[in-house]
Amino acid sequence: MTTTAPAATRKPATMAQALTRALHDAMAADPTVHLMGEDVGTLGGVFRITDGLAKEFGEDRCSDTPLAEAGILGTAVGMAMYGLRPVVEMQFDAFAYPAFEQLISHVSRMRNRTHGAVPMPLTIRVPYGGGIGGVEHHSDSSEAYYLATPGLQVVTPATVADAYGLLRAAIASDDPVVFLEPKRLYWSKDDWSPDAPTPVAPIGRAEIRRRGESATLITYGPSLPVCLEAAEAARAEGWDLEVLDLRSLMPFDDEAVCASVRRTGRAVVVHESPGFGGPGGEIAARITERCFHHLEAPVLRVAGFDIPYPPPMLERHHLPGVDRILDTVARLQWESGWTEGRGA
Amino acid sequence: MTVLEQPGSSRNKSSLPGPPPDWRPRVDPAPLLPDAEPYRLLGTPAARGLDADLLKRLYAELVRGRRYNVQATALTRQGRLAVYPSSTGQEACQVAAALALEDRDWLFPSYRDTLAAVARGLDPVQALTLLRGDWHTGYDPHRHRIAPLCTPLATQLPHAVGLAHAARLKGDDVVALAMVGDGGTSEGDFHEALNFAAVWQAPAVFLVQNNGFAISVPLAKQSAAPSLAHKAVGYGMPGRLVDGNDAPALHEVLTEAVQRARRGGGPTLIEAITYRIEAHTNADDATRYRTDAEVEAWRAHDPIALLERELTARGLLTDEFAAATQDGAERLAADLRGRMNQDPALDPMDLFTHVFAEQTSQLRDQAAQLRAELDAEQTPAEEARP
Repeated sequence: MTTTAPAATRKPATMAQALTRALHDAMAADPTVHLMGEDVGTLGGVFRITDGLAKEFGEDRCSDTPLAEAGILGTAVGMAMYGLRPVVEMQFDAFAYPAFEQLISHVSRMRNRTHGAVPMPLTIRVPYGGGIGGVEHHSDSSEAYYLATPGLQVVTPATVADAYGLLRAAIASDDPVVFLEPKRLYWSKDDWSPDAPTPVAPIGRAEIRRRGESATLITYGPSLPVCLEAAEAARAEGWDLEVLDLRSLMPFDDEAVCASVRRTGRAVVVHESPGFGGPGGEIAARITERCFHHLEAPVLRVAGFDIPYPPPMLERHHLPGVDRILDTVARLQWESGWTEGRGA
Repeated sequence: MTVLEQPGSSRNKSSLPGPPPDWRPRVDPAPLLPDAEPYRLLGTPAARGLDADLLKRLYAELVRGRRYNVQATALTRQGRLAVYPSSTGQEACQVAAALALEDRDWLFPSYRDTLAAVARGLDPVQALTLLRGDWHTGYDPHRHRIAPLCTPLATQLPHAVGLAHAARLKGDDVVALAMVGDGGTSEGDFHEALNFAAVWQAPAVFLVQNNGFAISVPLAKQSAAPSLAHKAVGYGMPGRLVDGNDAPALHEVLTEAVQRARRGGGPTLIEAITYRIEAHTNADDATRYRTDAEVEAWRAHDPIALLERELTARGLLTDEFAAATQDGAERLAADLRGRMNQDPALDPMDLFTHVFAEQTSQLRDQAAQLRAELDAEQTPAEEARP
């Protein structure tokens, strides 16, 4: 996404600040937007994303709920039926699981079930992923569960500007959006323009974060900075890697992914979520189905291991890192030779 | 709700420092407690004071409802309904729930509550769409203020609470009535819905139809609570126990709860004692888990027969009224039978149309694939050959 803000107003801002601003602006623009969740009122949320909103908009519009995720999402369904636009906070990835029945059996199906008569303009914010030293149940990458449920949009920002733009788009959407917030990027900073925030980013569009010719790293959310770092390190090996930030896992931007992979001929999908049954398998299959004759090597994956999320002192071994990404890039059959210099 | 003085019963006096006095608010549980016996009107002196028009309205709806149940069950045997969970024997609950609500209120039915939706004015064919299987919800919920018939047990209860809460936030005096069975009270969503409703003081009413069984599992294996109505007390809302086959009693209790909710008095839990005369569905065999004698005992407490006794005693069941009632019920059945015997119009492309407001490219591709398959089906085999 390109930013249009004048350079003079840009200053370092965190992803957390951009998310707060997005919620604020959405509430100011639309009185039907209601925030609800555990500790989102007086405390401002355990990550402080709703900081100050209850004070400014009143506790009816930013309300502390009882501690019950199914109840939070289930009541949000009823609120949406009555014309509100609820934005639900699940406190942590693994705490959202009690709400899965409401999500799967109602949120994702209500529009379809009623022939479009009852839309579900809900946003479900879920802080997700590891790398913050969280103890058990605080670091899951749960995106595969959501992607396995037809009827949900699944979106995850990786930059400060996208945190604002995609959250505004999610709240404005008439369909339910699972908005996955990479919690280890909450405090990441970009030059951003809080006084003139970036226009709403469209849901369903990927973005090239680094242009390259040798191979495409396809990633999203918390793994984007890792991939960018790996791409810089890869220059020493003679590889010029393209880095594609998916931003939206559903809808999926087949067009952008295929365009990039057809150009580079090689692809590695990188995510924290366990590999087996994870998004990488679907992405690799889609590339193979659509770009087979452009591929110089099998599509490879760097994913979390197929293990329950590790305790914090061991999590660095689990998370995709620069070395594991470079080792995987090295396995992209560079030795085959005849395509050398392709695209250069 | 009555807030009690700070605690300190003599039995519990301690000379050591206790928790600071504001450790929690105390709500007097006594007014919330349900009666020990189900509330009844029919056969009591109070029944004589009941409005004749109301009794006749209830009776006509019960007779119509019974006929609807019989007809829908027959349609399963003819292959016109995939399945029908009958509310035979529970017609008083179904009818009273519908009649206790105003037009602007919302009903949140479960899959066994199609009759409540019909009694509220929904076209019976639309009410049965889910069970015929041509679509999930056959009506516009906003038009009738009837939420989709809900299959996952008790999951519609939080929806009712959220809708009632939203209405209150908007300043509308709308009440949501949610229906659930005895088995459904074991679900987590039942607990969460009642807790949210009480905390928010949402204008919601919960009607538990305790019909004795969750498919085959009797209430004794379902709950050790004194009664299901007693569960209300733990949430801080009143619980009412009522004879679920006594239509006027149920109508009175429901109407009171709805009015209380509308006034801002908060939610109520009502347990209606009734019985599922038919098996769970036409696919179930009830003889595996209950005796004929038990069913016969409940037939003696049939909601229509009970009300008939009162009408007869008061001279309200004239031949003319009885005939008109029967005629209305037969017309409903004939209309239902006639229309259900026609194959529904199906459009396979509907499968993709309403998944998202804005179609994804993935679904566009898949819709195109199905379209091509359908077109190929239309093309005669001769032409299709190269």
